[in-house]
Amino acid sequence: MSAAPSLEAITASKAYGGVQALDNASFSALPGEVHALVGENGAGKSTLIKVLGGRVRPDSGTLRIDGAKVVLAGPNDAHLLGCWTVFQELTLLPWMSVAENLLLRREPRNVLGLTSPRRLVAAAEGVLEKFGITEIDPRALIEDLSLAARQVIEIVRALSHEPRILLLDEPTSALMERETAWLFAQIRRLRATGTTIVFTSHRWHEVETIADRITVFRGGRDVGSFTTLAEEEAVTLMTGQRVETFYPPLPAAPSARADAMLSVADLAGGRLAGVSFTLHQGEILGVGGLAGHGHRELFLMLFGAERPHAGRILLRGREVRLRSPRGAIRNGIALVPEDRKTEGLLLPLSVRDNLTLAVLNRLSRFGVIGRAAERAQAARLMARLAIRAPNAAIPVGTLSGGNQQKVLLGRWLLADCPILLFYDVTRGVDVATKHEIYELMMELARSGSAILFYSSDALELAHLAHRVLVLREGRIVAELPARDLTAEQIVAAAMRERLAA
Amino acid sequence: MPPLAIRRSAAAHAIARNIGLVLVIFLLLFSIFLYGLIYGLTEGRLPGGFELTSTVNNTMPLVLAAMAQTLVVLTRGLDLSVGGVVDLANALGAISLGATPARMALASAFILLAGAGLGLVNGLLVAYGRLQPILVTLATLSIYQGLAIRILPQPGGAVPEGYTALLTNTTFPAALLYVVLLGLFWTAFRRSQAGIAIVAIGNDEGAAAANGINPLRAKLLAYTLSGFFAAAAGLFLVATATAGDATTGNGYTLTSIVAVVLGGVSLFGGRGSAIGAILGAFVTTMIVNILFFAHIDPLYQSFYEGAFLVIAVVLAEGLGRFVRGRR
Repeated sequence: MSAAPSLEAITASKAYGGVQALDNASFSALPGEVHALVGENGAGKSTLIKVLGGRVRPDSGTLRIDGAKVVLAGPNDAHLLGCWTVFQELTLLPWMSVAENLLLRREPRNVLGLTSPRRLVAAAEGVLEKFGITEIDPRALIEDLSLAARQVIEIVRALSHEPRILLLDEPTSALMERETAWLFAQIRRLRATGTTIVFTSHRWHEVETIADRITVFRGGRDVGSFTTLAEEEAVTLMTGQRVETFYPPLPAAPSARADAMLSVADLAGGRLAGVSFTLHQGEILGVGGLAGHGHRELFLMLFGAERPHAGRILLRGREVRLRSPRGAIRNGIALVPEDRKTEGLLLPLSVRDNLTLAVLNRLSRFGVIGRAAERAQAARLMARLAIRAPNAAIPVGTLSGGNQQKVLLGRWLLADCPILLFYDVTRGVDVATKHEIYELMMELARSGSAILFYSSDALELAHLAHRVLVLREGRIVAELPARDLTAEQIVAAAMRERLAA
Repeated sequence: MPPLAIRRSAAAHAIARNIGLVLVIFLLLFSIFLYGLIYGLTEGRLPGGFELTSTVNNTMPLVLAAMAQTLVVLTRGLDLSVGGVVDLANALGAISLGATPARMALASAFILLAGAGLGLVNGLLVAYGRLQPILVTLATLSIYQGLAIRILPQPGGAVPEGYTALLTNTTFPAALLYVVLLGLFWTAFRRSQAGIAIVAIGNDEGAAAANGINPLRAKLLAYTLSGFFAAAAGLFLVATATAGDATTGNGYTLTSIVAVVLGGVSLFGGRGSAIGAILGAFVTTMIVNILFFAHIDPLYQSFYEGAFLVIAVVLAEGLGRFVRGRR
């Protein structure tokens, strides 16, 4: 293509504390181009997006928009140049309505400069309709929306500004297939009008589907731009090495006589309409199905964070009532959630504090924490899990997403919980870290842990579980054995009714 | 697409959104009922126009202080200096309000501006000094109280009768008009750019900034307006007392926070309305009235006040959870 780039970053650098997030990185995108940024977590993609969107000022380097050198003092400066960003950590206001959020700072006003709820809702209906969204109530509070709906709102807000440059940082990580298809339709429409679109994703098939050009990042640097790139090549570039077998071999399935660690009978509540199953020692039991069909409720109930309306939970044949996560942990049940920022980690505290949080009792004497023992435990875990952090005292919040997830895994590893609930743990996690998490799961199963494993990625379930339960409308509609299981079978079971209809 | 958000009627949304307001209305009706009951039992008749007028007049300073507190609490801050500004306005009012209407207007305007200036000082320290609101306003509370004592060492001074009559008419609840005006002001303010910015930064300062809102400017405005309304509270206080006292305002720091909490404004910022806080102020007054007519020994008054408040807040929280759980 001969067109001049509409967006350029030239030798941009940015450091956070001791971590060099961007290291002389260069990037350029053309008008009417969909440009994918790929790389591991911590490779600098998000930082680059923030720099391009005016959210973060680079320590050094030059930005050009439409060939002219620009200095962005804040998001407003970028907006004035027609450059809008959908940030990975959403920027919606939780206790305000969808309408207020969509139209923030451009509310329809009367002569006195005042807006009104009615005007806001009417205008927001118009905006949502324009982009084909009819399911979301503009009066609803953001707090009451699912993560997917929030992501859609964040995207609609950026689209409604008719951007000339649109930056999307992992827009699909919270989206299901239909919403992703919707987003891609919007991206194609914008591309046709000459808009520059930059996006990041950890899902390779998405990159293949929509990107005109791919730039690979590693260690804060751009390592190449391509118009076509095979997945294996991309992985090699991203990690700097070849990943031989992506899915590690599954340990042998537990025998029929293996101990039943966890049994659930007719458990119901919220969207869960009564499920029964048994999880054995050394087993990885997959749970699949479309989002919003009761998975979340099931996991929260088993972790004591939500109360069931009916049904029983048995641990090694003994009925228990789980009234709180504390109670669940005491019974040897640990949850590794999807949204680690809000559900698991104390971000301002250090890696070490987060690792040892669940076992402080064991490390303490008369209520005083034994610092030497704590240090030793944390150091061992950081080495074992290959947590990439400058040191154990650095706040967890400064680490990349994949490394945060590893810290959370490490905490439960240390706590020796025999029953592990993995809820979509690899979402938004890069390839290399995913692989490490898989290996760890296998190791845990081999050493006798029982793992209940939900994933929104059916491929993962097909490769990593001894059997897979498929939930639809709060019930188990299929139990699929691991032998020759494919992702398509899981998806088909989850949607059978729709396909038949 | 899977169901993303359940559609509900506009009314259901309004109730879910303003649950704090709904609760404080119930609380107010309940306390009025209790007050009427106890008053009837002890006085042998029902409270009438005089009681209404005096209640409204006595509550006006707290209504204004609650307004002041709401603006700051919405930004996720706390203004402990409200009592100090009330004291200072009270003291200034006692020495400066002259006999002529022009003099009264001039002095009042000056005092309100001075209050705004004191609030601005808080705002500058919190926003640009990046200091903790509690720390800043605790310090300025002492400073403002000290200044008030310096201006009016002994209770005294005189408030012209006309001034008292204008602000707190004793025969007719004219002050209700001010309450309505305050409610209208709030409704308009909440719909303005500035009002939206204040609520937005209380929701999530980082997200608001990413949307192009200037958090520093919004905070500055919230504290400045807080000072302005606290000064107005001081003027009402001096008008009802007809003389100045540089210490009577101290209590408004705590009572304004109580009114705000009763009114359903979240101390975590971003949620609630000043109308709720105004109604919360009336609930606070009704509690005092109930205790008075129940002939509670004044020595134990604060004990019962505290007990009532705890019960009210627990009740409100429980009902709130119940309603939220149902939707």
